[in-house]
Amino acid sequence: MTRVVLNGEERRLTGADDLASVVASVVAPVLPAPGDTACGSEAPTGIAAAVNDRVVPRSRWASTLLRDDDRIELVTAVQGG
Amino acid sequence: MVDRMPDEVADHGAPAPDALVVAGVPLGSRLVMGTGGAPNLLHLESALVASGTELTTVAMRRVSRDAGPPGAGTVWDLLARLGIRPLPNTAGCFSAREAVLTAELAREACGTDWIKLEVLADEITLLPDPIELVAAAEQLVRAGFVVLPYTNDDPVVARRLEDVGCAAVMPLGSPIGSGLGILNPRNITAIADRSTVPVILDAGIGTASDAALAMELGCDGVLLASAVTRAADPVRMARAMRLAVEAGRLAASAGRIPRREQALASSPTHGLLDLAL
Repeated sequence: MTRVVLNGEERRLTGADDLASVVASVVAPVLPAPGDTACGSEAPTGIAAAVNDRVVPRSRWASTLLRDDDRIELVTAVQGG
Repeated sequence: MVDRMPDEVADHGAPAPDALVVAGVPLGSRLVMGTGGAPNLLHLESALVASGTELTTVAMRRVSRDAGPPGAGTVWDLLARLGIRPLPNTAGCFSAREAVLTAELAREACGTDWIKLEVLADEITLLPDPIELVAAAEQLVRAGFVVLPYTNDDPVVARRLEDVGCAAVMPLGSPIGSGLGILNPRNITAIADRSTVPVILDAGIGTASDAALAMELGCDGVLLASAVTRAADPVRMARAMRLAVEAGRLAASAGRIPRREQALASSPTHGLLDLAL
């Protein structure tokens, strides 16, 4: 079972160990619902991910396999500045 | 907008204030808004609309697990709905390395190359760290970003930022959230006089006269958040800021009278009555 650190918290991946699955398990509520025109397109969603301090574009989330001790940062646009 | 917020300048036939052009993109408003400090999105929306802004900052933060149910509004959705260009920032970064990664995340998240670059020295003063700031700016420009750095009111640092290719420079009036206005107006003038990129006064604005002064000193725009979002009546203050920025811009280009040490009568001094009272 792959152990990663997601936004500073340890997490054991019980399902698939690709980045897209991990992201979906956390941010499904804030991503466009299936059928939404933005879903699956390249339209920005205000959400981005980095693995070990490198940004992984959304188009590569599904093909990015996570390994033990990977540090994932999942961020979104919030009020600020 | 016009029906909700009559533009009194335009109504009198004077030319409307010209566009602020950043990296070749014209913005219809010279007021850049921040979104921090608003108690909720409803208040924020009203204030943003009243401000007339076309460019508004957002911060990047970790996704929280309790992000709310599907369809719950986010500031991202709000800006998209209002047609306001998002300006992600690197708030909370204390090194060039952190700021560059945050900018890269923001570009991916928000689909824009524009970044308000903040690299702060410490959590107490919230003042920019000029060394890290210039280093981060240089890296980001090289990586294709349109960099709008939040900087000190130091003309030399402003020049360095321009030299490394920033699209604008954004000197502070006074510390973030202080509402102290413009503490060193001469430095702001010095920056504005020399800069070949837009100068946007960022941070420290407390009330409308501060925003007008920034424009009169030669700034091309004003960025503010707390002054509106934390005002007792944010919508009223947003409108005040909008008008102040327009008024300041007009005044700056209207050729103000010179300051004099003594009074100068404005009524004719000849033809005075000779009253034997």
